[in-house]
Amino acid sequence: MNAPIILDRRQMLAGSGALIVSFSLTGALAQDQGAPAPAPSPPGSLKTSPFLDSWIRIDADGSVTVFTGKAELGQGFKTAFQQIAAEELDVPFASLKVVTADTKLTANEGYTSGSHSMQDSGTAIQYAAAQAREILVAEAAKRLDLLAENLRTENGAVIAPDGRRLGYGDLVASDMLHVQAQAKSKLKDPATFKVMDQSVPRVDIPGKVTGGQAYIQDMRLPGMVHARVVRPPSYGAQLGECDSAVVEKMPGVVKVIRDGNFLAVVAEQEFQSIKAMKALSAAAKWQESARLPKQDDLANVLTSLLSQDSTIFEHSDASVTGTRTIEATYTRPYQSHGSIGPSCAVAQFSDGTMTVWTHTQGVYPDRQGIAEMLHMPPANVRCIHVEGSGCYGHNGADDAAADAALIARAMPGQPVRLQWMREQEHAWEPYGPAMVTKLKASLDDGGKIADWNFEVWSNTHSMRPGGAGSMLAAQHMAQPFAVPAPKPIPLPEGGGDRNAIPIYNFPNAHIVHHFIPAMPLRISAMRALGAYHNVFSIESFMDELAGLAGVDPVEFRLKHLDDPRGRDVIEKAAEGFGWQKDQRPPQDCGLGFAFARYKNLAAYCAIASEVEVNRETGRARLVRAVAAVDSGQVVNPDGLINQIEGAIVQSMSWTLYESVTFDDTRITSIDWQTYPILRFDAVPDRIDVHVINRPGKPFLGSGETGQGPAAASIANAIASATGKRLRNLPLTRKRIKDAIDA
Amino acid sequence: MTTLKVNGRDHQIDAEPDTPLLYVLRDDLELNAAKFGCGLGQCGACTVIVDGKAVLSCVTPLVLLEGKQVTTLEGLGTVSAPAPIQRAFMEEQAAQCGYCIAGMMMRAQALLQRNSKPTDEQIRAELAPHLCRCGTHMRILRAVHRAARLMDTAELSPTQGSER
Repeated sequence: MNAPIILDRRQMLAGSGALIVSFSLTGALAQDQGAPAPAPSPPGSLKTSPFLDSWIRIDADGSVTVFTGKAELGQGFKTAFQQIAAEELDVPFASLKVVTADTKLTANEGYTSGSHSMQDSGTAIQYAAAQAREILVAEAAKRLDLLAENLRTENGAVIAPDGRRLGYGDLVASDMLHVQAQAKSKLKDPATFKVMDQSVPRVDIPGKVTGGQAYIQDMRLPGMVHARVVRPPSYGAQLGECDSAVVEKMPGVVKVIRDGNFLAVVAEQEFQSIKAMKALSAAAKWQESARLPKQDDLANVLTSLLSQDSTIFEHSDASVTGTRTIEATYTRPYQSHGSIGPSCAVAQFSDGTMTVWTHTQGVYPDRQGIAEMLHMPPANVRCIHVEGSGCYGHNGADDAAADAALIARAMPGQPVRLQWMREQEHAWEPYGPAMVTKLKASLDDGGKIADWNFEVWSNTHSMRPGGAGSMLAAQHMAQPFAVPAPKPIPLPEGGGDRNAIPIYNFPNAHIVHHFIPAMPLRISAMRALGAYHNVFSIESFMDELAGLAGVDPVEFRLKHLDDPRGRDVIEKAAEGFGWQKDQRPPQDCGLGFAFARYKNLAAYCAIASEVEVNRETGRARLVRAVAAVDSGQVVNPDGLINQIEGAIVQSMSWTLYESVTFDDTRITSIDWQTYPILRFDAVPDRIDVHVINRPGKPFLGSGETGQGPAAASIANAIASATGKRLRNLPLTRKRIKDAIDA
Repeated sequence: MTTLKVNGRDHQIDAEPDTPLLYVLRDDLELNAAKFGCGLGQCGACTVIVDGKAVLSCVTPLVLLEGKQVTTLEGLGTVSAPAPIQRAFMEEQAAQCGYCIAGMMMRAQALLQRNSKPTDEQIRAELAPHLCRCGTHMRILRAVHRAARLMDTAELSPTQGSER
């Protein structure tokens, strides 16, 4: 056993160690050199970080720490992980501590994305905790000279039938948990759950509602200075003359940094740095070039770009042929993550080590990118996740981390806090990509779909770091790093083609993905990736076909769906909503329905909605929505409901209001005036979420499952209210009014 | 030097008179609740109460605040002794990332101080300047209604708890 690693880790946790140990790396190497016979691999992220002590640590005083390589982004999984560990270990919930993503302390779980946290990290913690408990019980059995099956665990101790009690702290030895995860540990019977499947209040909310230090924006280190960057006015702009003499003499200014097209200022106080940034911005002379496409012709722009085309699904049954055919094109604009708090990072360069506190979704990939940018060994860069404002994907977080690191390198010893301004976040974040889908389908004589053709045009949906070239600072330096070549995200998860393959049974189906490498605007991952638009398209078109067939939309979906869990959420949402065949919506309202299983492998979600449309103004408002979700075994029902409510409300905002605007040179949607989102006057009256729990079933990611169904449900309700089908997102007041008047 | 009364205490602030209140609160007084969201008065994340009224601290310069009473979320209560509005947001679990929440709570607090029984419409209208990106709106509305009930029944008065 590798006892020294444990000791080093303890030192590090105490803040005194300097050695950097990557447990996942140890694990990966162990696997690489691993057993010749392919043993069944353990579940979740235990596959890549198999040592139990990468996940669970028990100290001699009995205190338990849980480690996750995932980052809390406001989804509440920190609480859920704590519940899972408390349940499987039999320790009191409140006694546990959860440590999140940190390249020095936690496993490398890549990105916190794709609704993977519960299934990757939650599963790893669950099985690691179960195995740890087994090990503790075995140790107690040995000491008490009893059979393990006669012992039980409770409150952080192993209890013998005669009442003798051995606390976990007494049982644990230094290397006891430095063992590889077994393929399968025996989990608790869901019927006996005390902590899981309970709506335990979130651990972070009390601090957040009382002004506690909760976010990276709240970090204050001794001697910390404040930095702001001056970003180019447009993509590719070149910095020419920039006389910074006046700025350098401004009150509090410590340094002006120029490295090629990277421009920043550091001041003692925050508002001084903002004033200096404005002055520096005025002094900077940029050469810009007109390189942006025509915003009002995006569909043609995208479909005329060079694409790599692949048929991703093909199914044929010559015995079934269609008689009535319809086709339609759907589009989605570029859309913004629009985090309420602009991106922020704190960095400190001391003794050859760069420490970066960041709200990134991937501390390890950021470490790699920052190390490459600074020409430092990755081992000398540490990235620590600290919560930021909700990101919903790849926003400015990673760029801000790189900005802060580049500035901190010029300020040795001093902690540097860097925050973006609102217009920087809006203009420079990597957007959710614009997309086009073309659908064509035929109905057979019985009113069922005989053939289905679906084509999607899209960029990749991830330009996340790994290499330095994904970060703005590295792109703007005098010796710049090139933006890496985009790659499509492979199926079954997919990127632009995520959820492009229908879950329904169609006798003939042909699905094509047109992957577009050229990226006219900076883009990357945004909540649900291509699934948002693909589900919007499929589920809108399903309604168009149901209309053609003269069949109720819910019944029409059920006619084409075998998946029993899918049918259950559809039936539950319809029932909860009071959906009825031949229903008449209230005056000026329409009713809509939509369903998807996220990625065809994660959570199931069906949403029914009622939307009122003002025929005079075209204004649409979601009045009420009823959702049903099946996320496998539920850990925190209220947390899951919170995620689905949020998905519906956020998706409604994307769907009704949002598009990034630009002229031929610059992004023009640079604040909340120019990029309007949902405000309280349009908030629904009511949202109900029905959770279908599946005791003992694997966790299914649910953070993104609502985005697509919410969009299509609303679009279908608008079509029901107006009799007009809108196929171009967003479904703005003007577009609805124009459709009504047409 | 500007004298600023924050959460019941006088502070001597050495900052340029044009410095927005937000930076004085966050950087000089090290208070976390008021947040930088836009610096343009468009999102509400920076909202605090000045002399009983909800104010956007990111666009309110220090020079206008001499002698006024500023209350931030920290001034309402603590984790162990939360004010009704704080209790209500905890009980409704009315946050996802929570970045916008402090601002929302301060405007709701100002509303409830002048109108202890607001209608749902009044609450929605009052919160119109505030943005939430996580989509926590339904819970925020429920929490404000709950806070109104708590203030009505609790022995705590809405203005209590300005000392920490």
